[in-house]
Amino acid sequence: MRLVLERRAEQSYWMRYLSPVLAVVLTVFAGAIIFSAQGLAAGPALYIYFIDPLTTLWSLEELVVKAAPLVMIGVGLAVCFRANVWNIGAEGQLTAGALLGAALPILLPSFQSWPVMVLMIMLGAVGGALLGAIPAFLKTRFGANEILTSLMLVYVAQLLLDWLVRGPWRDPKGFNFPKSAAFEGWQLLPTLGDGRVHFGAALAIIAVAVLAVVLGRTLKGFEIRVMGAAPRAGEFAGFSPPRMVWFCFLLSGALAGVAGICEVAGPSGHLQPHISPGYGFTAIIVAFLGRLNPFGVLVAGVMLAISYLGGEAAQVDLGVSDKTAQVFQGILLFFILACDTLILYRPRWVSVAATGKE
Amino acid sequence: MGALEAVILTIITAATPLLLAAIGELVVERSGVLNLGVEGMMVVGAVCGFAAAYGSGSALLGILAASVAGVAMAFIFAFLTQTLVTNQVASGLALTLLGLGLSGLIGEAFTGLPGVKLTPFDIPFLTDIPFIGPILFGQDILVYLSILLIPAVAFVMARTRLGLIIRAVGDNHSSAHALGYPVVKVRYGCILFGGLCAGLAGGYLSLAYTPQWIENMTAGRGWIALALVVFSTWMAGRLLIGAYLFGTVWIMGLYIQGLGVGIPAQFLSSLPYVVTIAALVVISRNRSLTKINTPACIGQTFVPDR
Repeated sequence: MRLVLERRAEQSYWMRYLSPVLAVVLTVFAGAIIFSAQGLAAGPALYIYFIDPLTTLWSLEELVVKAAPLVMIGVGLAVCFRANVWNIGAEGQLTAGALLGAALPILLPSFQSWPVMVLMIMLGAVGGALLGAIPAFLKTRFGANEILTSLMLVYVAQLLLDWLVRGPWRDPKGFNFPKSAAFEGWQLLPTLGDGRVHFGAALAIIAVAVLAVVLGRTLKGFEIRVMGAAPRAGEFAGFSPPRMVWFCFLLSGALAGVAGICEVAGPSGHLQPHISPGYGFTAIIVAFLGRLNPFGVLVAGVMLAISYLGGEAAQVDLGVSDKTAQVFQGILLFFILACDTLILYRPRWVSVAATGKE
Repeated sequence: MGALEAVILTIITAATPLLLAAIGELVVERSGVLNLGVEGMMVVGAVCGFAAAYGSGSALLGILAASVAGVAMAFIFAFLTQTLVTNQVASGLALTLLGLGLSGLIGEAFTGLPGVKLTPFDIPFLTDIPFIGPILFGQDILVYLSILLIPAVAFVMARTRLGLIIRAVGDNHSSAHALGYPVVKVRYGCILFGGLCAGLAGGYLSLAYTPQWIENMTAGRGWIALALVVFSTWMAGRLLIGAYLFGTVWIMGLYIQGLGVGIPAQFLSSLPYVVTIAALVVISRNRSLTKINTPACIGQTFVPDR
């Protein structure tokens, strides 16, 4: 017996939407196995991990806080991956956005009126876009592989942040801790509820809505889809591949940068060496789980946020490692990719005799 | 031990993991597959190698475990990209994300424990020769293996039937299939070989480079190995030069730091990454050079029509 893939006559409509669901179900099964392997009762452990975070108002708010950056970055990456532009350095662009955005309150602490907030977010977008512009430039000018250059810049950006918060930007009154002075007043994002859900969540939803319209209803969106699906056809239609690379990197970089400054001016309130638990990388999974579709990304962002929250809850309640979340996320991406095969192919087990070989 | 001797010895230790990981990926890419999961395979190799060596007290068992772990990780990638024809870029990223998470989970119990160091060879008289003795004859088995793999891979690729088939599969999988070569099987084999090498590279880090487990201890070396393959324009011999060049850069940062020059440590630490980008640019701008050697089918999926 061997597994043979039979090409479907056309894409399976149902599988497009069923495949991510299937992937999530399979991941939960894998989770049960992992918990059992650690000597835990799988049922209650899965409940604590995946359901418990949805049962209290506190954790629902926390869910929004964590989903906001994932959605914001994921929606930008979805556009990139649609156009076959591989930006995997969103984590670095997030860091760059946080850096440039935070420069304003750190260098001009007395500047206290509403424009500060606006300028900080704009600087965040500029910072992310600037770092994104480097791989775009190297790709279009020299043909350097954007996957590798964008990833290398993650390390560079994080080391730059590390230097700033331990060196020139360290809070002089901070007892030598590696962090900047705390932001105050207009330097912090406006919040909702009891003060944890911040304005970044609204920005993420705006990004989703705008990009959904751009992708689905505009010429630019058509260009993005054509350049991804059939680059040669796109070139004949007069679309320029280098301009697409620039567009994707500037857009996704800016969105990651905004996510970065929102993290700093929202939940943490100061700059520190670690500003994100790998949102930029997890957003890659978000983009794929969301079918590279803005509304899909919104749903997927919430799901991946659950995996972060569940990881924290499981650490507290079950004593399992917080690394479990990262493992689940990796497994999830594998299952999504594997299940997506079902959209184009129908798997069949064929007996060896029937294939006439071996 | 003279200063120069010490520098050369540390350069060798810095270059070896890069070389091991890159030579494996070179074979993978020659067969037309882009596996971006090198970092993930490497880091899982590192933690499994450490764990096995710690448990058994034998560094050689550690090496074995590291290579098995690398192959196991590579098998996941091979099954997805070859059997289920998934997107190679996304699958490779998934492998890296999974590897980083998995290694953190496995390694949690081993953080801060003293490791087992892979003992270098000590050949009487030869190793005692001043200067060249320790450099040429006092290395451990993985260093020699990494160097021997270069002519071996170069020979297989250029001079043997197997190498010809691998290159045929990488340059035009449809024609290779039409000629009756088992494209998918060849690629499986190459991917698993790549996993073996990446696992060994990880094992070298946790058994010889710094005999302990530190989370994310690969620190982007898997990605640099990927860049090295491009830098070498898929030629094994140039890989040796590239890996030692990068090893030198990696060590240079540490030495300058040690000299107490007023450059912040973070700037020096970012040197390998910046140099990687620069190297990619230098090699990529020469389009004809890269175009000649780039496997034509790299990254493309292939489904045999029985």
